Amino acid sequence: MDQLLQHLVNTIIMGGTYALLGIGLTLIFGIMRIVNFTHGELYAFGAYMMYFFATIIGMNFFVSIAFAIAAGMVLGAIIEFTLLRPKRGADIDTTMLIMIGAWIVMQNLEHLSWGGIAKSINSPLPDAPLVIGPVSVSWLRVMVLLIALVLIAATYIVINRTKIGKAMRATFQDSNTAALMGININAIYTMTFGFGSALAAAAGALLGPVFVVTPTMGDLASLKAFAIVILGGLGNITGAAIGGFILAFAEEIGAGYISSGYRDAMGFVIIIIVLLFKPTGLFARAERVG
Amino acid sequence: MKQVFPFIALAFFATVPLWLQDQYYLHTLVVAGIFMLAAMSLNLLLGYTGQLSLGHVAFFGIGAYVSALTSLGFSLSIFGFQITHEPWPAFVGLILGALAAGLCGYLIGKLAFRVRGAYFVIVTISFAEVVRLVSLNWVELTNGPLALPGIPPLTLGFEWTGYVTLWGKAQNYYLVLVLIALAYLLIKRLVQSPYGRAMIALRENETLAVSVGISVTKYLVLAAIFSGALAGLAGGLYAHYIQIIDPMIFMFLNTVTMVIMVITGGKGTLAGPLVGGLIFGLAPVFLRNYVGPEVQWILYGVLMILVVFVLPEGIVPAIERWFNRAAKPKRKNGSAGGKMEQSGSSLAMASSGKVNS
Repeated sequence: MDQLLQHLVNTIIMGGTYALLGIGLTLIFGIMRIVNFTHGELYAFGAYMMYFFATIIGMNFFVSIAFAIAAGMVLGAIIEFTLLRPKRGADIDTTMLIMIGAWIVMQNLEHLSWGGIAKSINSPLPDAPLVIGPVSVSWLRVMVLLIALVLIAATYIVINRTKIGKAMRATFQDSNTAALMGININAIYTMTFGFGSALAAAAGALLGPVFVVTPTMGDLASLKAFAIVILGGLGNITGAAIGGFILAFAEEIGAGYISSGYRDAMGFVIIIIVLLFKPTGLFARAERVG
Repeated sequence: MKQVFPFIALAFFATVPLWLQDQYYLHTLVVAGIFMLAAMSLNLLLGYTGQLSLGHVAFFGIGAYVSALTSLGFSLSIFGFQITHEPWPAFVGLILGALAAGLCGYLIGKLAFRVRGAYFVIVTISFAEVVRLVSLNWVELTNGPLALPGIPPLTLGFEWTGYVTLWGKAQNYYLVLVLIALAYLLIKRLVQSPYGRAMIALRENETLAVSVGISVTKYLVLAAIFSGALAGLAGGLYAHYIQIIDPMIFMFLNTVTMVIMVITGGKGTLAGPLVGGLIFGLAPVFLRNYVGPEVQWILYGVLMILVVFVLPEGIVPAIERWFNRAAKPKRKNGSAGGKMEQSGSSLAMASSGKVNS
């Protein structure tokens, strides 16, 4: 029972960042319909930027997180502007191939510029864990969860309650009509991709200090993000948030009760099962956005 | 000219071991040839049915592992049952490996009937990752990250011909060359048969193809079985040639190598994967003198993006068109293939848009 409780706590902590990762991809894959294989690399990029700002330059921990998120947003906007804008409207295979190329380039650039040795980021929080009854959790992880929840709430508000979010939803529902209504759809495309990328970078910046930063950390992150998006239903932000927690739970249970070697297999098993039995995802969309 | 070119190429490559004394270059050619077989199998799915399988390395690796384990023997216990397998001859392993990969192709093909486009891609990647994790973690069977060493080389022959064990590079080279020629002929016959035309029809416009009575499941599954089995055969050859395999064989970059071979050479053409396979099979040999592996992959990635932007059909169709234009200054149907390709992709776009929304 105590063990299960500990697993649940771990689930909630990891689920927060998985949710960020999934929400970022649901904007890009679910709403923009771009099969974004660079999502995981933006996650790794966020972690490396965190390492750069916090450890190499030695900036304040929280300011570094903000800078890493901003860097992710800029990089995402650049990818959209240079690689995707010229091929907008091309078939899905074309953009997919471009994104695979970009994925390989980004991953190996990371390898080239930072080396293959794992980097660790120091956190300013106390090392002693927070102990509540039978459960113990590090302060760092608690803080990661809190920041992730704030970012999730902020994303929800931006997409659903602001004018810019309305413009985004309008653009991807019917870009021609949106353009006729005076929305600068080119800007919206770049902005949405940048927004999704920023969330991936945020997840990387938050998890970087918890684990270590390696050039290949993005591979699994991409595929896990796809699992979360498919689980939650394409373009469904709430679904992606819940999907993130479900994936974290499946991984915890898989690692705890089956074998820790199969922790990362859970996401793929979820993808295959969901697509076979309920391809629309677990949570039917309240409104059509795609 | 077009008809004799494959024979000229075959004759040329048949002479290579006679004048190429450097064993390292010969080795590179053998490995390139094995990857060409894999690329040909990918082309069948990607080029002729239009399904991008990004888990193709799974078929390759399954073929390699099944073939290696069949010829090495293993013993493991499942739920208390002790299963012991005595080593069998290597070529039996090769065939079993191809069959096992073909069976996986059948399952993936069945799946493709349910999920298409981006979903199919993600399912195939997931499949490959699951297989990789199993090969890494099922240590009792696969030896996990410690690799499976000492895989015996292939022994060919019959009782009345005597047996030959393929230890040398030149022997393996000829085996791979013969298999490539056979696979080429087989795929040529397949895509020019009614089956192949049905597959191409599905790629070009699925709705229309279905409306004239072409069964989607039947042809997609057929293509996937054949593609999986051929990739499995390539994997088995790889295992018996290199004689050691580990879970790194399931690396995603291996799939990327196959995809880039097909895309650059020209998807949906017979010669495309061979031309692409030759270029990207030999490129690392020349690149390694100047740059590290990371830069090589960066170049591959950049090239992949450039091909999509500049030469979306690939090298072979571009050369063919150029050749036709040079031969017939006032061409009539010279670029019919190219035109069809373009209208095909726009049709595919329209139909995929429909499927996705």
